[in-house]
Amino acid sequence: MNPGFTWNIITDVQWMWSVPSMVNAFRAGFAVALLAGVVGWFMVLRRQSFAGHSIAVTGFPGAAAAVYLGLSATLGYFGFCIGSALVIALLSRGSGTGVGERAHSSALIAVVQAFALALGAVFLSLYGGFLNSTSAFLFGNFLGITHEDVLTLIVVSLVVLLIMAALGRRLLFASIDPAVAAARGVPARALNILFLVLLGATVAEVSKFTGSLLVFALLVMPAATAQVLTARPALGLLITVTLGVLVTWLGLAWAFFGNQATGFTITSLAFGCYVLAYAAKSARRSFALKAA
Amino acid sequence: MTSTGHTTDADAPVLTLHDAAVAVGGRRLWSGVDLTVRPGEFVAVLGPNGVGKSTMIKVLLGALPVAAGSVSVLGQRPGAVGEEIGYLPQRRNFDGSLRIRGVDVVRLGLDGDRWGVPLPFSRRFSAARRAADERVREVIELVGASAYAHRPIGECSGGEQQRLLIAQALVRKPRLLLLDEPLDSLDLPNQAGIAALIHRICRQEGVAVVMVAHDVNPILSYLDRVVYIVSGGAASGPAAEVITTETLTRLYGTPVEVLRAADGRLVVVGGPEAPALHSDRHDDRHGDRHEVLR
Repeated sequence: MNPGFTWNIITDVQWMWSVPSMVNAFRAGFAVALLAGVVGWFMVLRRQSFAGHSIAVTGFPGAAAAVYLGLSATLGYFGFCIGSALVIALLSRGSGTGVGERAHSSALIAVVQAFALALGAVFLSLYGGFLNSTSAFLFGNFLGITHEDVLTLIVVSLVVLLIMAALGRRLLFASIDPAVAAARGVPARALNILFLVLLGATVAEVSKFTGSLLVFALLVMPAATAQVLTARPALGLLITVTLGVLVTWLGLAWAFFGNQATGFTITSLAFGCYVLAYAAKSARRSFALKAA
Repeated sequence: MTSTGHTTDADAPVLTLHDAAVAVGGRRLWSGVDLTVRPGEFVAVLGPNGVGKSTMIKVLLGALPVAAGSVSVLGQRPGAVGEEIGYLPQRRNFDGSLRIRGVDVVRLGLDGDRWGVPLPFSRRFSAARRAADERVREVIELVGASAYAHRPIGECSGGEQQRLLIAQALVRKPRLLLLDEPLDSLDLPNQAGIAALIHRICRQEGVAVVMVAHDVNPILSYLDRVVYIVSGGAASGPAAEVITTETLTRLYGTPVEVLRAADGRLVVVGGPEAPALHSDRHDDRHGDRHEVLR
């Protein structure tokens, strides 16, 4: 049904954007990459990728439960993701990022994740095992996006990004130096709770498009790539967001012309960027060692 | 520079403890501590493991109340003047994979407790932003960290990280610097280097320094006064008067001998190790027969 890729980029793009669902996918892709990039950069810096992963996995039983009960999947994603973020935040010790505190929270997070997967299986079997929706919950669907979806996404993104902007410096301080930040009156524990809730909301929103498993492609990969490339916070955030938007858009185009699943194309591109960045860094380092 | 209206006589004490005692979980850690620190003075808090030396810093920061006696920091109750206190917690290593530059860590000491994010390109039109940049540069130069401040802090050595953290504690021009074992786990040349740096800052910038130390020898020649805490009691005064066979024997209540090595280093022999109240990571390095102030 899709025409082949013609190497005439302009007509290709014109053709692609004449399909309304693709236009919505590009809009949503931009917002999703921006939101996941900013929140993901802090998540990677705070070493909370595992917490993020578990929160994402709880989105799966959330969506399954909501659909089983006849509610919208969105409600399930938000309820379960923010709920599990709160459980992880409130039950972990201290700021959750200090020495020892992280070890304690990692066991807790694993417990939450295991239980979430079990719940997901239960709801799916109750539902009668619709394989289609299982795959959508896990791997997402970028191509069935409506105008309302885009609007909710923009509202959620704006709210989360505004809060992140307001917290910015304090969150960075509490993330890399909790003891001194606390002595300066920055409430590290409260910030940890708030950040995990924002992470929960982000994961819930992004999961609607990418699914519970591939949300990680956009949360972790651009941020991890940026942190390989630079140690400057502002530049790192810029690279994260730019990379996120680029791989999402290119991934959408690749999926459109190549008839591939968006989850596969976007993840592969993001993974490729990470590998390239890592290789470039290693090469530069061994070169510098030889020169020295 | 006082906005609170209290008079700051140039030589008024920065810190006063009077017959202070502290209890954690209903258990008295130390008591009878008397101490006055004036601007530009360098004071060490010494004592065996687990006796509550770091707890002293917590009291001065206002994180823990005194159980008896009185404490006054910069003329007010502890915790009321956080702006003017620089604090360096017990040794924390940034692990090698942390991708943040030293200069960012120092910068956070200046404005990390503010809301919001710095606006892009504000350097061009904001004088305050330029002044902040200048202050960060200046303090990094003061501690001699300019060469590696722009590298990721996780890739810096222990001594380099410690210099950057001292810069972070100093960046707001505090009048009091609280250091918790800053020489711990550094090699000997770095211990000597950091000790000399702290002394220079103390004299040059007129900052009062209270430093918790496990080993008095690297800082012995710089100290104006020491507080020696043992479980149940404390003594304060010039190092030469406190770290003596008589004073420590009286404090510990059991015969203790202070020996002076040929190079002037002090060794305390025979002091019973205080019962470890927290699991202290130095425990394994010490026998139970003596406390060595290397």
